[in-house]
Amino acid sequence: MVDETRRKKRLDRSIKVRTEGLYALSSWTEMLYLILPRALLIVGLLTLPLLLDMYWQRVLCAAGIYALLALGFDLLAEYVGLVCLGGAFFIGSGGYISGLLNAHLGWSALFCIPIATLGGAIFSTLVLIPALRLRGIYFAIISFMFPMFARYIIIALSIFGGTEGISALGTLPNVWTEIYLILVVVIIALFAIRRLVNEDIGLILRGIKDNDQAVKASGINITSYKIKAVFIASLLGSFGGAYLSHLYGWLGISLFAMDFSILPIAASVMGGMGTLAGPVLGAFALTPLSEALRGFGQLRVVIYCFILIGFIVYKPEGLLNYFQRKYHQFELWETV
Amino acid sequence: MEQGPLLKVENLSKAFGGVQAVLNVSFALKKGDILGIIGPNGSGKTTLANLTTGFVKPDRGTVRFKARDITGAPPHKIANLGLTRTFQVMRPYHSLSAYKNLIVPLNSPRVRQTRGGKLGDTDAVAIDILEEIGFERDARVPYKIAGSLPLGYLKRLELGRCFALNPEVIICDEIFSGLSMSEITSMIPLLERIQMDGVTLVMIEHRLRELFRLADRVIVMNFGQKIAEGIPLEVMEDPEVKKAYLGRERA
Repeated sequence: MVDETRRKKRLDRSIKVRTEGLYALSSWTEMLYLILPRALLIVGLLTLPLLLDMYWQRVLCAAGIYALLALGFDLLAEYVGLVCLGGAFFIGSGGYISGLLNAHLGWSALFCIPIATLGGAIFSTLVLIPALRLRGIYFAIISFMFPMFARYIIIALSIFGGTEGISALGTLPNVWTEIYLILVVVIIALFAIRRLVNEDIGLILRGIKDNDQAVKASGINITSYKIKAVFIASLLGSFGGAYLSHLYGWLGISLFAMDFSILPIAASVMGGMGTLAGPVLGAFALTPLSEALRGFGQLRVVIYCFILIGFIVYKPEGLLNYFQRKYHQFELWETV
Repeated sequence: MEQGPLLKVENLSKAFGGVQAVLNVSFALKKGDILGIIGPNGSGKTTLANLTTGFVKPDRGTVRFKARDITGAPPHKIANLGLTRTFQVMRPYHSLSAYKNLIVPLNSPRVRQTRGGKLGDTDAVAIDILEEIGFERDARVPYKIAGSLPLGYLKRLELGRCFALNPEVIICDEIFSGLSMSEITSMIPLLERIQMDGVTLVMIEHRLRELFRLADRVIVMNFGQKIAEGIPLEVMEDPEVKKAYLGRERA
């Protein structure tokens, strides 16, 4: 099956080596080499809405929300070691706080969103604190439970509009604000978190993932750092939730839907775990894909699963790692 | 204060289910000591270290560090007081480069306090510490990913992680195990230098010959209990110790 007489040899492109450290400033070519992928992402995301019609612009907004969740998931899973399936809880708390403030106090959407982002993040972090002593799959299970828990509380007590939800919430001023608000937030969040993971706090978080015992023996209170990380991830999710409730002008228990917990994982797998930019790209690829497959009805889920399984089996490294390799290295076949 | 013991452990006991891992162990540590803890496999040496540094809570007994009761305190609080440890199984922060491994202890409250918040460039401090503990031979090694380093460097990195904390006591859990003779020989002066810097060392070891070159005093453990304590070569003459190490017949 596999031809054993030859193998692939990978070598770094000389320009990659030239762009490391201070040498990056040696010429425009080197600088362009570094800036190009980043600029491509930013310019690509910002010009995309101009090329789309109303319907697909809405899909893009939803994709942005999933991108924020995927970014938070990747941060917690790959840099802190917490597999968090509570994305829906972040969305729900942000969405409900923002929607309720808007519905009951009449505050404008643009004012409610920042408050709900902060409030939702504080609330979800407080709820998750008792689970933080758990690791791996145990944390995943507990965090997965919270959105369902919140959902049933709302149904059982008939609070916050019960199963009906609350409609006619204030929306954002116009469609361009809607689109660019989420895209700009995604871009800022992506670059901020990429920077964060290489700062001292990020290094401590990665230390906790690699060996939490050694971090404790180094005099660091790991729980307080885990709280900070969960807070950052839930800020992203709560913003997404608050934004979502004003995007549709409606809030309801579907804000706690399982999709918000599961799709970010799929996006991370597809985009490349641990790359941060990968999950964002994954979310922007998967959300439209699942929209496009809507015509297939229930069969959509099957196709969707095949795509995922395909990625796990054939490209487990994910899209971004693959593109990165092609960009930084050249490959040649050599005979053994 | 100066005369009192730095670390005083009294009647420490811990059972895991039916196994009495540590039973009524007491010892005291003076500033500047190098104390060895030896004993056959499973005699409770590592559990003793875990109990002392807060990783496992004792069933009975007290641990006092600098006259302060730290029994059952969380490990990071104990480390911040200046009592830290290395681990027997080397697990560095493998995704980080070697010098970035030291950024973690350099961000602890203890280091921030002792250095008065003026750490400056933590990267530079980390590189300095690595050079001090034996990374100076190859300038590229500190920048390598920790997961790719050979065992000798990992042991030094582990020691460096403790040393970066500016500690008063380091408990070294089998720091010589798995090292070649020449690596141990180069490690001994390093430990001596750390001790000269005012750090008190507790060394849990199986390599007796090398340990005896360093230790002023040893404790021998067997089946969770302390069976002897004293100057290394005298302790080895103790009939109880011979029995534990060689079996009844030969003793």
